[in-house]
Amino acid sequence: MSRWEVVIGLETHVQLATKSKIFSGASTAFGAEANRQACAVDIALPGVLPVLNREAVVCAIRFGLAVGGEIAPRSIFARKNYFYPDLPKGYQISQYETPVVAGGGLTIRIDGTEKFVRLTRAHLEEDAGKSLHEDFHGRTGIDLNRAGTPLLEIVSEPDLRSSAEAVAYAKALHALVTWIGISDGNMQEGSFRCDANVSVRHPGEPLGTRREIKNLNSFRFLQQAIDYEIQWQINELEEGRAIHQATVLFDPDTGETRAMRSKEDAHDYRYFPDPDLLPLEIGPEWIAEVKAGMPELPQAMQARFQADYGLSAYDAATLTATREMARYFEAAVAAAGRENAKPCANWVMGELAARLNRDERDIASSPVSAGQLAGMIRRIGDGTLSSKLAKEVFDALWNGEGQGDENAADAIIEARGLKQVSDASAIEPIIDEVLAANQKSVEEFRAGKEKAFNALVGQVMKATRGKANPQQVNELLRKKLSS
Amino acid sequence: MINSSLRELSAALAQKKISSVELTTLFLDRIEQHNPTLNAFITVDRERALGLARAADAKLGAGETAPPLTGIPLAHKDIFCTRGLRTTCGSKMLANFISPYDAHVVERMNDAGMVLLGKCNMDEFAMGSSNETSYFGPVKNPWDTARVPGGSSGGSAAAIAARLVPAATGTDTGGSIRQPAALCGLTGLKPTYGVVSRYGMIAFASSLDQGGPMAKSAEDCALLLNAMAGFDARDSTSLDRPAEDYTRDLDKPLDGLRIGLPKEFFGAGMSEGVRAAVEGALAEYRRLGATTVEISLPNSGLSVPAYYVIAPAEASSNLARFDGVRYGHRAAEYRDLIEMYEKTRAEGFGAEVKRRILIGTYVLSHGYYDAYYLKAQQVRRLIAADFQEAFKSCDVIMGPTAPSVAFKFGEKSADPVEMYLSDIYTIAVNLAGLPGMSIPCGFEQGLPVGLQLIAPWFAEAKMLGVAHRYQQATDWHTRMPEGWQ
Repeated sequence: MSRWEVVIGLETHVQLATKSKIFSGASTAFGAEANRQACAVDIALPGVLPVLNREAVVCAIRFGLAVGGEIAPRSIFARKNYFYPDLPKGYQISQYETPVVAGGGLTIRIDGTEKFVRLTRAHLEEDAGKSLHEDFHGRTGIDLNRAGTPLLEIVSEPDLRSSAEAVAYAKALHALVTWIGISDGNMQEGSFRCDANVSVRHPGEPLGTRREIKNLNSFRFLQQAIDYEIQWQINELEEGRAIHQATVLFDPDTGETRAMRSKEDAHDYRYFPDPDLLPLEIGPEWIAEVKAGMPELPQAMQARFQADYGLSAYDAATLTATREMARYFEAAVAAAGRENAKPCANWVMGELAARLNRDERDIASSPVSAGQLAGMIRRIGDGTLSSKLAKEVFDALWNGEGQGDENAADAIIEARGLKQVSDASAIEPIIDEVLAANQKSVEEFRAGKEKAFNALVGQVMKATRGKANPQQVNELLRKKLSS
Repeated sequence: MINSSLRELSAALAQKKISSVELTTLFLDRIEQHNPTLNAFITVDRERALGLARAADAKLGAGETAPPLTGIPLAHKDIFCTRGLRTTCGSKMLANFISPYDAHVVERMNDAGMVLLGKCNMDEFAMGSSNETSYFGPVKNPWDTARVPGGSSGGSAAAIAARLVPAATGTDTGGSIRQPAALCGLTGLKPTYGVVSRYGMIAFASSLDQGGPMAKSAEDCALLLNAMAGFDARDSTSLDRPAEDYTRDLDKPLDGLRIGLPKEFFGAGMSEGVRAAVEGALAEYRRLGATTVEISLPNSGLSVPAYYVIAPAEASSNLARFDGVRYGHRAAEYRDLIEMYEKTRAEGFGAEVKRRILIGTYVLSHGYYDAYYLKAQQVRRLIAADFQEAFKSCDVIMGPTAPSVAFKFGEKSADPVEMYLSDIYTIAVNLAGLPGMSIPCGFEQGLPVGLQLIAPWFAEAKMLGVAHRYQQATDWHTRMPEGWQ
């Protein structure tokens, strides 16, 4: 196995989050009744013509800027000709020789190391409709609602060396396109679909023959399909058979890939420039305008989090996994103060993330607002609330106590009497009582057993129902024992 | 009344000398009488037309200023989609197709108040120069019913020539307005590419197709173009220019006009009668104050081969939508998807359409694209550059529209290349995107001869003026074939 090197490149179709289709005014909203969102242009009535939706171009420019690619000053829409019932015009409008974005790349992180994955290109095209094979008694239904939905097809270089890298790349790409707001990234609804080109070779040899696995719409399927395909190709080669270039489909039920009949993929697409559309011209002003509206990108934000808040690279990367999480964290820091940045990071990545995960909620709809969390963290910072009792406050907040009140933490601390006791005159009598009642531990401590000290601290905390400031208890106890 | 100009009809309607209903009835009756012989119309909707005429009369009677063409009957080439009225494109594929929307040109003519009588016959999908490829049968030339009217807008041309309608729309991809206008003794204009929206005009070759007016005179064409032209955001190749009045130069004197005569258009290949008529027209122009200068369009000999790569290439893709899935003809029986496609398209398309789809598919195929399609595009640029160069030494180019007068049915249909050469003088104009027109300039053995005018981009108004001054001095355009009174 180790003498084989795996080579993978991904082609990803990202549905762009425009309101209307790429060449018509019909809505792109998902889930409408079949063929209700297909206008004359989408169903390719005789005489209709495409008109480019500038919003789709803005999405492409955003992507080009985000990956550091070159945005073509002039790119061409071409027709990709083939017959299929869900392709109404008998051709797909795509970009062939001159894509809107060329080059650029994406950094992925895998097992703690970073890797830069180069992009070949990204081009604009239209999606096809859907063929529905069920419910029609041996016939096929056609739903053209999806026909004409704008897609950005993003093609990577064959830089990926394992299914894990492929998944890491797909996840990073998914995070980026949702971050910059060009796609909703909804994989169940087909907004983000991958084709994987897979080949194997001995290290140092030229590229092997690739097979393309089509239409993988989950990270899990991507991983499974590539793993199966790699093993299949290695087996073939090791048994002396050659790999033939082919398009293959992944069957999630069996976990296997299977080649399509050669007839199905033996296409000569007869690409030529679409005479109905003018060349797409993108001037520096347009790029500047789009750039001005771009959000801070995750990589820049990570660097800033490290520099400004003293966070680790890992924390910075985790907090910028999604734009919503980063936004929540920054809001919390803004309310809690920069000195509380690290506790904010810990709470967001720890307790909050765990709760959200458990309840399958996303951070944008968190029951605990960033301001409420910050209010609680401030009280930990100023000694009003112990870390231990903070959990109780957080629980209350999560369950909706003080909903809508940014100062809910204070109210909860007050109402439940959770305020930390840091007053020596209040703690000392309790310590005296505990020492009197635990002479055995006192003797053990004096005999050199440090464990006994911890037991005494625990007793004091218990006697104060957790409210005593642990640090202060430590100090006072030590003082009393040494006197 | 049937020989009246659009201005005369407009005045008669405005002065209530005749109502639109009366005028419409007059022409509908003529269609009923003569169309069985001529086959110029595929669809006529009498009730619809009379309804439109009544609406026009109401507008004319309301005292407000109605648009100048209000109430005047019109026919559309059956390539323009008309809401609720069958649009066939001359094909079995769309024999029962009813469009749910109006083409931009149809909207414009409706807005102008014109009364749509029906849809004119044409070569199937506008592919042909004789109207013999129509699924609905050939159109007869009113000057001699044994002869073709030209094509592909042959139905529009025959209908106007026999005075079944005062004016009609046509489309011109390689000469489909100008050549039938020449063969039927009419005036027809192909505008600069992008002046008339292609939205709703069933595509043949998208980079060449252009709609335009056909009528009895340049003045009529100018009035019609005023209504047809204009920016349309639904066509990305439509040009966003300020509206203009195409009648503005009609009365401009011709003194100092420089007419370029391409030597390539006056060589062999033209019939003697056509040559004599064209020479006569040029003599008339000189008499009216113009000068002629010999020019050269050195690459014009390549225009037919370049056109027969580019146009079929685009057509092969444009016609892919006719697959039997969503509308139009579908084979009655098939075993699987591939057979449905094959039978549907084999049954739905005629021989000439299939020939061009095959040529187009071939020239776009992997391994042939560079040698054919790319090379043809290069030639196209050379041809356009030739015209740019020529217009440095002349204001308008003239020559024959077609190499011969109307030919007999079957005379050229056996040899596609012979047929393709019918458009040898008109095709270069489409490749260069220029405006061109044909006006009657004489006869050869009783059959009309057309003079072609070619102008620089957007010089339609000037070209119409040049044509109009000639028509003020001559009466070729007023001649009407006999037997259609």
